Amino acid sequence: MSILLEDPSLYENPHVPQVSDERSLLARLQAFLSIKAVVSSLTLLTVLAAWWLVTVFGVIPDILLPSPWAVFKRLGDLARNGFMDVTLWAHLQASLFRIGAALGLALVTAVPAGLFMGLSRVGRGILDPLIEFYRPIPPLAYLPLMVIWFGIGELSKVLLIYFAIFAPLAIATASGVGRVSDTRRQAALSLGASRWQLLRHVVLPSALPDVLTGLRIALGAGWSTLVAAELIAATEGLGFMVHAASKFLVTDVVIAGILVIASIALVLELGLRTLQARLTPWQNEL
Amino acid sequence: MSSTLIAHQVHKTYPSPRGTVHALENVSVSIRQGDFVVALGASGCGKSTLLSLLAGFQFPSAGRIAVDGQVVSGPGADRGVVFQDDALFPWLSVLDNVAFGLTLQGISKAEKQARARTVLAQVGLAGFEQHRISEISGGMRQRVGLARALAANPSWLLMDEPLGALDALTREQMQTLVLDVWRDTGKGIFLITHSIEEAVLMSTELLIFSPRPGRIVARHEYDFARRYANGESARSIKQDPAFAIAKSQVLDDIIQQTEYA
Repeated sequence: MSILLEDPSLYENPHVPQVSDERSLLARLQAFLSIKAVVSSLTLLTVLAAWWLVTVFGVIPDILLPSPWAVFKRLGDLARNGFMDVTLWAHLQASLFRIGAALGLALVTAVPAGLFMGLSRVGRGILDPLIEFYRPIPPLAYLPLMVIWFGIGELSKVLLIYFAIFAPLAIATASGVGRVSDTRRQAALSLGASRWQLLRHVVLPSALPDVLTGLRIALGAGWSTLVAAELIAATEGLGFMVHAASKFLVTDVVIAGILVIASIALVLELGLRTLQARLTPWQNEL
Repeated sequence: MSSTLIAHQVHKTYPSPRGTVHALENVSVSIRQGDFVVALGASGCGKSTLLSLLAGFQFPSAGRIAVDGQVVSGPGADRGVVFQDDALFPWLSVLDNVAFGLTLQGISKAEKQARARTVLAQVGLAGFEQHRISEISGGMRQRVGLARALAANPSWLLMDEPLGALDALTREQMQTLVLDVWRDTGKGIFLITHSIEEAVLMSTELLIFSPRPGRIVARHEYDFARRYANGESARSIKQDPAFAIAKSQVLDDIIQQTEYA
């Protein structure tokens, strides 16, 4: 909050009068934020209305762009009956299992790898070239290789997402570890901290904000990789559902699927932001 | 109470692109329990390097740092450090910051919290136990830093310009607070400062440093700190003509050094 209050642009804005009382400034800030929320909602409503109008007047044929209402009805139908005998929940479950498994695997390997890189020059020497080599490669470029090696089953997709998550998470952890201030380390050492206690009580909490930011980036990358992988090589999952529907020109399922994919991404992002605010509240306040 | 922390003929050099930097040249200091040694000098005169060596964060290029004849091999809980920037842990409450050293020692929660509360009250922060670090002022943070070092009950307190960033009023309050702690605990204190007045008021022994190479160019012993400990007020001490004479004497030493340099 203090960062927002000190935002100089707020004072430069001629429409926001200078206020000396902090409370009324806060109230104005809240009003300002809700104005943004109102405008954002209006934007969304306008897009929705344009979509609806375009379909009502038949500007674009139904088969290319079904009406919002048709998509909404299809979404309910997908939840109850599914598409080609597989319900939306089964697809969702398949996708979430893949990203969940990859995330779990990445958390127990990428964070330690990042610590190793951040704490030891040898560690950085070993891992840096490997990560920097594969990180810029689009995951879909090595998906075929994964399929050759690990088959078309779950393993190849989980591994693919795992790789997509691993690099950003390890790099963020390493940079977080690298930014732990010397005085903080020295303070702990002069209070008698052992190397292990330094890691546990100073380095890890200091790096946590960076780890969580890395996790947000990593999950975003993981989710897009997953859906893309499901479009290419899968028998279930949200990406597969969209792909299969597109082959039969069932456009409402395609759009409904895209909306579900977007919603999950949004939920992941908001969930992680909440987690970040809960776990590292000092981050926005110092 | 007889423990002594010494620096004996200490040299510290760093390699740099423009040749070797002599950060410290032939510096000897002895800090017994109950001593208040203040290092005064311009930036870059090696005061902070000396503190870092005494704390065990670095090692001398020649000479030795020792506690009761035992060469110092690294940082230790017997030498508490108070830093210039507070160096607190923002993820912990005020109370948990102060209890940090006790947490490391594996002391039970109830006992360490009780001890941390006592020390917080000692530095005038009773009632702020559950505050987050981001919620308290710079002056309070310095008190938390002091309390954190005190709670581990070290034999020495090494203070690296802890009062440098504070406003004048807060700074005077902190001076008397540190003197109170010194009087009440009898710890050996090594304090770095830029302020002549602070140095004269607080020291039992004052070391004047000169830069390039960092060395001690003058030593004075004063009794103003002991007078404070015996009950005289800081205000009355500062009004004593002897105090003004001492300050000008120190200023003379410093000016003489810059003329020679």
